[in-house]
Amino acid sequence: MKTLSWTLIVLSVLSLFVGIGQLSVVDLVHGDSKSWQLLITSRLPRLAAVLLAGAGLSIAGLIMQQISQNRFASPSTSGTIECAMLGYVLSLVIFGDGSQLWLIFATSMLGTLLFVQFINRIQFKNAVFVPLVGIIFGNVVSSIATFFAYKHDAVQNLSSWTVANFANLLQGDYELLYVAIPFALFSYLYATRISAVGLGKDFAVNLGLNYQQVLIIGVLLVSVMSASVVMIVGKLPFLGLIVPNLVSRFYGDNLRRNIPLTALLGALIVLGCDLLGRVIIFPYELPITNIISLVGGAVFVFFILQGEKNAR
Amino acid sequence: MHDNGKLMVLAITAVIFSALFLGIGLTADNYQYFLSRRIPKVLAMIIAGIAIGQSSLAFQTITHNRILTPSIMGFDSLYLFTKVLVVVAFGGLSSIAMNSYFNFAVSVVAMLGFSALLFGFYFRGERQNLMVLLLLGVILGQVFDSSSSFLIMLMDPNEFASVQASMFASFNNINVDLVYLSTPLLLLASWRLYRLNRLLDVFWLDKDNAVSLGVDVKKVTLQILMLSAVLISISTALIGPLLFFGLLVTNLTREIFKSYQHQVLLTAVSLVSVASLLSGQWVVENLFGFSTTLSVVINFIGGVYFLTMLLRNKIV
Repeated sequence: MKTLSWTLIVLSVLSLFVGIGQLSVVDLVHGDSKSWQLLITSRLPRLAAVLLAGAGLSIAGLIMQQISQNRFASPSTSGTIECAMLGYVLSLVIFGDGSQLWLIFATSMLGTLLFVQFINRIQFKNAVFVPLVGIIFGNVVSSIATFFAYKHDAVQNLSSWTVANFANLLQGDYELLYVAIPFALFSYLYATRISAVGLGKDFAVNLGLNYQQVLIIGVLLVSVMSASVVMIVGKLPFLGLIVPNLVSRFYGDNLRRNIPLTALLGALIVLGCDLLGRVIIFPYELPITNIISLVGGAVFVFFILQGEKNAR
Repeated sequence: MHDNGKLMVLAITAVIFSALFLGIGLTADNYQYFLSRRIPKVLAMIIAGIAIGQSSLAFQTITHNRILTPSIMGFDSLYLFTKVLVVVAFGGLSSIAMNSYFNFAVSVVAMLGFSALLFGFYFRGERQNLMVLLLLGVILGQVFDSSSSFLIMLMDPNEFASVQASMFASFNNINVDLVYLSTPLLLLASWRLYRLNRLLDVFWLDKDNAVSLGVDVKKVTLQILMLSAVLISISTALIGPLLFFGLLVTNLTREIFKSYQHQVLLTAVSLVSVASLLSGQWVVENLFGFSTTLSVVINFIGGVYFLTMLLRNKIV
């Protein structure tokens, strides 16, 4: 935990000085107004967005895995993100602009709830079926979104969502992401109930838990957190999936202890990938989606093969 | 109605719509030009329909479920990725990248390699889990997707133009050379598949039963995966990716024909998919006046159908 925090702090400070605009410590100390302006309007917002998005999405993945009782569930393998996309299209079509937040949150929540209901109803013989169905469910929802978008000439508005990029975040663009902080705190306090739900419906009811209520609150947490990330930044595939798995691999399954760890590791991974994308073809930038899906995909495949070995 | 009667109705529907596509507005003066444009288009739809239908059916039989098809497993993404790679390696306007035969050969080889790789994963241990194989396919598909979008970002806009056409399903810029090239290939592949029909009947009983009835599961699975790869390459090369079409036609076929014999089902699924592709495209062109594309409609209907299947718990 200590190592993680220190690495995160060092990388965060470093990331402030990576970019095409000149920024050096010396200038800052001398009080150069241009340098300070660059720092405050561009570099700091970007850093904050990276950290909040990484932490928020990872916690969302952790909660999703608990309430669906499946290691392979996450916002990107349960249709949550695609439903947020659908909500955005609906808001464009009905209200003429994409800023009806309540509609986006409501659709992503409804979709996630629907998916959780699906997987609770269907007795899958195989745990791997859940993410498969989730991914196809996401495809279905995104094709419905494309259908409406095509009808109203809004396909292009959608495409910016599919590629995550922190490059164009300035002061004033990213503040919605701060929603991750109260939500993370809340899920930390609520952790025991969520992990009781993770033991299964019968067990949770036996413990005297209002199962439906906790489930809906869990879905609400997941949807709002991942919808706000995808709206501001874009899709970060596999992140919500691999981070909780990595954490539970090394630190066990104590949910309350894992929430801060997950947040730290998620922020660290996103920051690392973002830095990589900024350096690799300097002075241009690679969108983080590409890097994270290569890295995350590899880690995910590794997990599946490992899980297979353990099952034998 | 008897199965043969249903097959006849489907065949007649397909013939009627092909005739509509070919025949409208044909006069003695223009028939040479019109037919030279229209025959490849209709032929491409027929070939692609047969390829998608048969590969999806066989694939569902060996994986023993009703909701997964080869295109979900990342074959489409791999196709696009090889296309992008060829353009990046040789340049979009080079004679190699423009050569449709070369492109087709490369993507067929890549897909065969991909299915061999997945197959290797699948039969590596003692206890095989087909769902893990599928999940691997899905994930690799997403990785292919983002790799292609990465390469596309680095690409020259002129070179991108030569890739863009293959990113969406389309029936209006059919590659004529490929139509004639893929016809014999399709006949060969579907003949091989047809020869396996009795083994497929046994496979549909479940893998364990198939083993105890003396089927060489490993060999047949490999054969079917390879044939699916070839068939999917054909359809994707001709008309582009159609994500939910396979799901739709196989389930439609299984609903209409209560048969479990693949001898009937393979024929039926080909007819169902050709008839629905032709009629769907006809409706989109003539009733909606191109206001939407068939692939969007197919994905929409297929998606809704998929959800109702899930709700009714009909996955196997």
